[in-house]
Amino acid sequence: MKPTDLSYKLLKVATHLLSFIPFGYVVFAIVTQSRLLGADPQEKVLHLMGLWSLIFLLTTLSLTPINRIFKLPIIIRFRRAFGLYSAFYLLLHITTFFVFYLELAFAQLLEETIERPYITLGMMATILMIALSVTSTKAIQRKMGTKWRKLHQSVYFIGGLAIAHFIWQSKSDLNEPFWYLIWLIVVLGYRLFYKLRTSN
Amino acid sequence: MTLFATKIGIIMPSSMKENQVTAEKIFWNRRQFINNFALSSAGLALGASAFSNDANAFSKDSGFTTAEPLSSEYVVTHHNNFYEFSTSKSKPANMAKNFNPSNDWKVKISGEIEKPGDYTLEDILGFTQDQERIYRLRCVEAWSMVIPWKGFQLSELIKRVQPTSKAKYIEFITLESRSTFPGQSGGSLGFSSLPWPYKEGLRMDEAMNPLTFIATGVYGKRLPGQNGAPLRLIVPWKYGFKSIKSIVSMRFLESKPQNTWNRSGPKEYGFYANVNPKVDHPRWSQARERRITDESFFGVKKIDTLMFNGYGDQVADMYKGMDLVRNF
Repeated sequence: MKPTDLSYKLLKVATHLLSFIPFGYVVFAIVTQSRLLGADPQEKVLHLMGLWSLIFLLTTLSLTPINRIFKLPIIIRFRRAFGLYSAFYLLLHITTFFVFYLELAFAQLLEETIERPYITLGMMATILMIALSVTSTKAIQRKMGTKWRKLHQSVYFIGGLAIAHFIWQSKSDLNEPFWYLIWLIVVLGYRLFYKLRTSN
Repeated sequence: MTLFATKIGIIMPSSMKENQVTAEKIFWNRRQFINNFALSSAGLALGASAFSNDANAFSKDSGFTTAEPLSSEYVVTHHNNFYEFSTSKSKPANMAKNFNPSNDWKVKISGEIEKPGDYTLEDILGFTQDQERIYRLRCVEAWSMVIPWKGFQLSELIKRVQPTSKAKYIEFITLESRSTFPGQSGGSLGFSSLPWPYKEGLRMDEAMNPLTFIATGVYGKRLPGQNGAPLRLIVPWKYGFKSIKSIVSMRFLESKPQNTWNRSGPKEYGFYANVNPKVDHPRWSQARERRITDESFFGVKKIDTLMFNGYGDQVADMYKGMDLVRNF
């Protein structure tokens, strides 16, 4: 499949449409006032947006191993898009928290960020994510040269921060966050394995 | 009815489904005592006889009711922290569909009492008096509701079993049954959310306080499984996790029992768990709460949390001289 193929173009359109499903679902549920989001829709939106940000982030990190194993170089072209969708859902997650939980009180956002370690981690991940998003264009990539690669390698660190935030905020049930931790370990573990094998 | 509804502040947002509004209307028509209360608190003339004949009559400062808007029946029955079913708050409503305890539900009442034994639900309902209470429920997670319960005052049951002078505490235990409660088995990775069975405890004076209640119903109906059928403790000045559900055992003890959340997270959840806006949970503030009124997207309002959840007049005396920061 080449970037000029019709099938690639269709794949691209499908990817974007699918990526908007979680957002569309939430908007649909709110507008139609159906009970899809349960009895506390704000909390559900907060959690769903955070979860989808993590899922897109882990998807981004999964593309390189998938390409190496299944030889599908075309999927690497979607890495930036998935990364930006992760940032998009992360911003919705933070916005929900800031607007509905903190009622736009900026001072409280600072206080929570300093006092609550799991929020500190979440904010660190957000700041890094914004940095990666604004430097994600081809032009900036060229301009930054080797620095760009270093900066964008922090995506692994963001993954770790996101999982730590997820585990730390949970009251007692570790089953769900640990599945995502396993996912992160697998995609990072593969990279380490690949590096060791190719350097020998 | 409209006048009374306004007086006691029921709100019916446009988002409410028709059937729900109807159900709530029926409920309120049946709850004459609440209208009486609304009339009296509004300062309208009402013969004293109306109250003296009403088993549910109570004075304004008992804390037994509140004029705040009720949380909708849907949110009360579809937002449940009942980890025996699931750690998800929306799932228990559906998972509890086949959990309909009957009148032969047994509660083992034991320990430092004169009349120990296995009491059936029917026995217990036979020697306690049915009442209505409208209480605020404040969850440790910083959300809250206003809920119309039906049930009886715990002190009536306690008096019946005759505690000895050694009885200083009561330990409550929830049913342990993996077939009834899938959440009591490990999760998808084998992690158990809590050590089972769920246990809670109260000091004797707390248990005897007139506010302490055992719910057998909500919104004028039998208590649904997800709300802790058939017997669920309500301690309105404490965080919601103290209000243990589906009780099968009450043990009167000389020494303080350990409650499940305290065992699971001793730095985060205490034995007393009195609602206190000045003592934060290590991971979040307890100064304010998200009052859930209905299930629409804007059905939540942030309000200040009150000391003892607003029941200070009724309970503060019990904690005089106690360090409430250490005894959180």
